[in-house]
Amino acid sequence: MNFGFTEEQEILRDQIRKFLSQESPISEVRRVSATQKGYNEEHWQTAASLGWLGLTVPEAYGGSGMNWVDLIVLLEEQGRALHPSPFISNTLAATAISELGNDEQKKRFLPKLIDGSIIGTLAILEESDCLDVDAVQLMAQDEGQGLVIDGTKHFVSDAAQATLFIVACRVENDLKLLIAEAGEQIKAKNCTTMDTSKREGMVTFNKFYVAPENILCEKQDAEAALDRLNNLGAIAVTAEMIGAAEAALAITNQYAKDRTQFGSQIGRYQGVKHPLAEMYVDIESYKSLLYYAAWTATESPDELPRYASLAKGYASEAFPNIGIICVQLHGAIGYTAEYDIQLFLKRSKWARPKFGDANYHNDRVATIGGI
Amino acid sequence: MDFDLSPQEEAFRDEVRSFLDENLKNEVNNEFGISFDQEWSDKIREKRWVGFGWPEEVGGGGGTIMEQVILKEEMSKRKAPSLGTCFMGLAWVGPGIIEYGTDEQKQRFIPDILDGKYQWCTGYSEPNVGSDLASLQCKGELKGDHYLVNGQKIWTSLAPFAEWMLMLVRTNFDPKHKHDGITCLLLPMNSPGLEVRPIQNMAGGSFFAEVFFDNVKVPVENRLGAEGEGWKVTVSALANERSSIAEVSQLQRRLESLKELTLRCTKQGRPALEDPSVRRQVAKFEARIEAMRLNGLRYLTKQIQGLPLTSETSVNKLHRADLEIGMGEFACELIGSSGPHLRGSDDATDDGRWAFNTLNWPDVVFGGGTPNIQKNIIAERILGLPKD
Repeated sequence: MNFGFTEEQEILRDQIRKFLSQESPISEVRRVSATQKGYNEEHWQTAASLGWLGLTVPEAYGGSGMNWVDLIVLLEEQGRALHPSPFISNTLAATAISELGNDEQKKRFLPKLIDGSIIGTLAILEESDCLDVDAVQLMAQDEGQGLVIDGTKHFVSDAAQATLFIVACRVENDLKLLIAEAGEQIKAKNCTTMDTSKREGMVTFNKFYVAPENILCEKQDAEAALDRLNNLGAIAVTAEMIGAAEAALAITNQYAKDRTQFGSQIGRYQGVKHPLAEMYVDIESYKSLLYYAAWTATESPDELPRYASLAKGYASEAFPNIGIICVQLHGAIGYTAEYDIQLFLKRSKWARPKFGDANYHNDRVATIGGI
Repeated sequence: MDFDLSPQEEAFRDEVRSFLDENLKNEVNNEFGISFDQEWSDKIREKRWVGFGWPEEVGGGGGTIMEQVILKEEMSKRKAPSLGTCFMGLAWVGPGIIEYGTDEQKQRFIPDILDGKYQWCTGYSEPNVGSDLASLQCKGELKGDHYLVNGQKIWTSLAPFAEWMLMLVRTNFDPKHKHDGITCLLLPMNSPGLEVRPIQNMAGGSFFAEVFFDNVKVPVENRLGAEGEGWKVTVSALANERSSIAEVSQLQRRLESLKELTLRCTKQGRPALEDPSVRRQVAKFEARIEAMRLNGLRYLTKQIQGLPLTSETSVNKLHRADLEIGMGEFACELIGSSGPHLRGSDDATDDGRWAFNTLNWPDVVFGGGTPNIQKNIIAERILGLPKD
């Protein structure tokens, strides 16, 4: 039994942490967040050249053939740095293709997703904002040779940055997952959200033609695949929530040591130190749940839905609360745009609903648990 | 990450399982796993599974951390009686004696603890000394071949039933640091001048007591560790119970009965599970219990790798406190008007056990430091915040 990281994983963590602290400190995060592009192209190309973009893609298609435990090491560090990047979107798109695609599809798309030449994302949610398979209502017409889709996907991460979309749609009652490459018949735009270090938006398909060779899977296979992608998405987002929450706690902890009131460091008062201890307990706990969930992704897929939900359910309640308490413990200075702590509060608002909030996941845990 | 057992560990697990198949006759259905089945006790003693983690030379089993985890988990899964009956003796008095005791003390006390011959209690808290234990005032004066003890202890769990006590006394009232003037003594409860006055708790039980010391003589050979070393002895003894850190079977069992309760309860005539908040609350309990188990496994991994643990155990203690109180309250509310009905009432639900749970949680929640103390420990020792 070993519930810890390997030496190689610790080396990967050091490498990423070093890169982010040198190349993407919070000043750079703020600069990039204010740009139209929303990420730093140079960083993206570095990530590609270091093999990070293809971490979990099989070596046969140019990836590193690592697993989801390796991946969460990277994601924790990205979350800690609030690093603006379409990494999660691209990773999930690459995962969809490497797990569901045929050899020809993998050869055609994976190398480009890995080498940084295109960016992929999932286009699953619709206006209903519902994660259930039944909520996929984007209709496709079967043209005999391929499909034609017409309609809009919402809350698509990195919509305007991506040029490859993994789309869920329906032909009559049958669910299909397909690959759509940007073209004239696709209009993608980002919407403004409070967390400018993350981008999301709408993708509209206007009589968009999908060739038969771009269909990934269908019917029950597609339903199972969609469920797994949602679970993996929840794991990816929760991993970033660990790093981000630890950073918020570290900043606030330091403030509690630096700030003096009533003749004492405020961290001496139980009204301050106890909430900080409670944050520590929560982060440690959803961290343990998430690490195990990431392990199940490869090693024990039957357990994946339960553990993805236990982790994301816990984190989706804890992290927004951590954001609020951290701002509160700073007092008025925490309310200023200049101080960094508010960035974490905003990040928690982005992370909470992504791939299901606490209610969604707790409902799922209850159902899996037989009530 | 790797959650597989080694071949040796797997063989041990199989050994435990077949032992249970052959020997377990009666499941224990109370939540604390307490049973005094002599035949069972003799058999597990023979296997050296009582004090399983203790060194073989003192009569323990010399089990590795993982083997201890496996043994506890398998026993608990099958609702087997507890491993040994001398609760405090096995939990921390014994480990304290093994680490700091003389050879004579080890020979005198360890076999009796393993055999469960009698109970131990531990005299720590005093009337004005609770969470701030190092301020204790009960006096121990060295008078030639014995210590003369005067003062009072309170909240001493099991004192009304115990034959022996491990206690802390102050032997130096003017030390540089208040932790330094404390000494650890072992004494029989029938010592002349020692008086036990049981205290009734709010659930109606009398498991703890006040203990008064009026010129009680304790021979010097009953001192555990050196004079002034009592704090160190206690801290290291209390830190011993680490293989239980991932042990949540009792909480899992309670969760299962809670789920079963939600399936049959109604609220204002409608099934309770129609209320999504009921389902979600149960899921939150499940997440916390599972987090405790996995936190425990992460900390055990650190321990196995020889990495230092600071105060991570406080994390699970806080969860346990929240769950003990939270699950009890949730069930009590779920059963509606029968919430306050204890055993004996015709309107009690499940013989009043849910109602009783809302009264007996302090046993678990206060032991080893209240939740506020656990938060102080995390804030000061892990987060490095100034002491208050």
